[in-house]
Amino acid sequence: MADATAQGGGQFAGGLRAVAEAEHPGRLSACPACDAAPLAEALARSGPARGDIMLSVPAVHCAACIVAVERALNAAPGVHAARVNLSLRRVIIDAEAGIGAADLIAVLDRIGYEAHELDPGALTATAADRQGRDILMRVGVAGFAMMNIMILSVAVWSGADAATRDMFHWISGAIALPTVAFAGQPFFSSAWRALRAGRLGMDVPISLALILASAISVFETLHSGHHAYFDAAVMLCFFLLVGRYLDYRTRAVARSAAEELTALEVPRAVRLTDGAEQTVRVADLAPGDLVLVRPGGRIPADGIVDEGGSEIDRSLLTGESAPVAARPGDVVSAGEVNLTGPLTLRVTAAGRDSSLARLTALVAAAESARGRYTSVADRASRAYAPVVHLMALTSFLGWLWVTRDARLSLNVAAAVLIITCPCALGLAVPAVVTAASGRLFRRGLLIKDGTALERLAEVDTVVFDKTGTLTMGTPRVAANALPPEAQPVAAALAAGSAHPLSRALAAALEVAPAALDDLREVPGYGVEGRWQGQLVRLGRADWTGAADDAPGAATWLRIGEAVHRVDFTDSLRPGAAEAVASLRAAGLRVLMLSGDGQGAVADIAARLAIPEWRAGVTPQDKAAAVAALTRSGARVLMVGDGLNDTAALASAHASISPASALDAARVASDMVLVGSSLAPVPEAVGVARAAARRIRENFALSILYNIVAVPFAVAGLATPLIAALAMSLSSISVTLNALRLR
Amino acid sequence: MEVLVFLIPASLGLGALGLLAFLWSLRNRQYEDPKGDAERILSDEWDDRPKP
Repeated sequence: MADATAQGGGQFAGGLRAVAEAEHPGRLSACPACDAAPLAEALARSGPARGDIMLSVPAVHCAACIVAVERALNAAPGVHAARVNLSLRRVIIDAEAGIGAADLIAVLDRIGYEAHELDPGALTATAADRQGRDILMRVGVAGFAMMNIMILSVAVWSGADAATRDMFHWISGAIALPTVAFAGQPFFSSAWRALRAGRLGMDVPISLALILASAISVFETLHSGHHAYFDAAVMLCFFLLVGRYLDYRTRAVARSAAEELTALEVPRAVRLTDGAEQTVRVADLAPGDLVLVRPGGRIPADGIVDEGGSEIDRSLLTGESAPVAARPGDVVSAGEVNLTGPLTLRVTAAGRDSSLARLTALVAAAESARGRYTSVADRASRAYAPVVHLMALTSFLGWLWVTRDARLSLNVAAAVLIITCPCALGLAVPAVVTAASGRLFRRGLLIKDGTALERLAEVDTVVFDKTGTLTMGTPRVAANALPPEAQPVAAALAAGSAHPLSRALAAALEVAPAALDDLREVPGYGVEGRWQGQLVRLGRADWTGAADDAPGAATWLRIGEAVHRVDFTDSLRPGAAEAVASLRAAGLRVLMLSGDGQGAVADIAARLAIPEWRAGVTPQDKAAAVAALTRSGARVLMVGDGLNDTAALASAHASISPASALDAARVASDMVLVGSSLAPVPEAVGVARAAARRIRENFALSILYNIVAVPFAVAGLATPLIAALAMSLSSISVTLNALRLR
Repeated sequence: MEVLVFLIPASLGLGALGLLAFLWSLRNRQYEDPKGDAERILSDEWDDRPKP
């Protein structure tokens, strides 16, 4: 872990993705089932010894909430201590062994706080904490050393000479050398790694400047020279470490949020062994097992229906919005949601072999295409490092040739290295990214990838998925065409089922339900009952005896011999219309690709004013469409939630998925929308563009400062005072410019 | 300039004290939840006496 950390420092602000992968090789794979297996093993090893329970409480936001949550939990039986962490919106509970997360979630639910169990095994918070504390400690040490040396240096600058100046230099050196050795470690180790790999990273000139400045200063102090650069060396360390810390913070917040989303879904399944129900981890399922899936549950593994009848929602896999019937003998895939009746499955493929995992190969191939993106910071440092070295070397040789004075020439070379050292450059990107992602985080958008903002700023085409992205995936009654006398019956029947269409119908009918006898749900077909002696049914067309069987999401109400059709449309996600409108107003091309049928897609496209759309698109087609757009020169932002979108999400230039998406889709995308509204999407594009502008401004600022200061250094006129002034002024101006984004 | 004999150790000592205080607060995990600590001061629990 420490290894990966130091390397993260070495890559400057760029290459973060590689680092994240090195730290969490499992987390970034697109296959949750593959993640689940090692996770389960890790948990089995750690055992249930610790009584700590971790809950995510997203609604906690104020002092009163903290008190309410902690008081309620502390009052619950079996709880030793509960502490809210407001920064992470989590509560950590030390409870007795018999207390489960479900009991405590119920306690919080009673006082009005929604809580979710977090899987502590999926959260690597402790390791990341240690890394953060490590950088912060180095920042602190460098800061305190800088202050003390600065006090001494002010005395030297204001005219201390002879023995006093030497003494001040000696004391400065005694503080600076251990500080540089300790605080500069991240730079030294990554510079060493870069050199061994035959590269010139940003850390090579930094380390060279630190070492050269310290060595020259020691030499000058020994020979009671006028200038010592101890303050510059320590200040350099301090500013660069601040940049590293900002960088780390942004990544840590994004990573903990991403991990939280993964940890929310503790994948479990109910296995039937000799008729007895047993809750097991999805990773433990094997082909041949019998699995019970209750209504509302997600199907854990690919299988064949053994018993029971129901309807299943496969919108996350295919984008179809209408539920599909499932009967014994039918094949179902992992990730589908069981709607009405309990189903018993015989598992045919689990974990690595399931259809969920098979999409992984597709995603991995697409991701490698995007992995080649080099960030602005990388490109800058690649151009910058050789120039800096060359300039220092040239001024050393030039001065040596003219004056034949090695000591003076080395002094000039050190001054050049210190002046050109990328203090402001090291802050230019992290400060902007921190400010921008902080702003987007407050608006409900998590940024998972370090270069995501940069890529988002370049986007000129937006591709939306329909089901679950532009729409909520929950149906709504399109037009209430039921005759008035039928409405109470429909309301009574609809109230008898948890099927999404029934729930939508019950919510749409504003009449008192009629009194029915023998109300019962027939899984896979609908609900039936008796009303005034007549048989009444609400459900599928063939079951209610309806003649018309036009496609689309619909249900039929049968009263005696009369059959009425009720049509449903998908309800739009809040903010979808505004998001599409403002993206188009900003000059972006907006497309919709959906796996759903022609009619439903055309309807949504008309409602959202999306001119270009395609229906009945397979997952491969989606990825191919994105690739084709990319080939034609477009930079695509993909917004999607389903498994059918994962490959397209991974191959797009940038990608966003809502929090309701399958974890595979969330893992494959760069950004996750926490709220249900799509409104932050156009804002994110705007902020990303502003951030890219600020980064360019920051680079321009630090280059401008170099253009002004470097001639002084090369001419041998740069005193330690000028170096200190220029360094702090440029760092502060860059940081302030970044803060304008907030 | 004899005053430096006192002033320099005093200034370095104060700096070291500040550094030690910072390291202590870091070890005590006081930077884990900056937002929560800012809000907690507003709660009136344990206002009269410290939490046992």
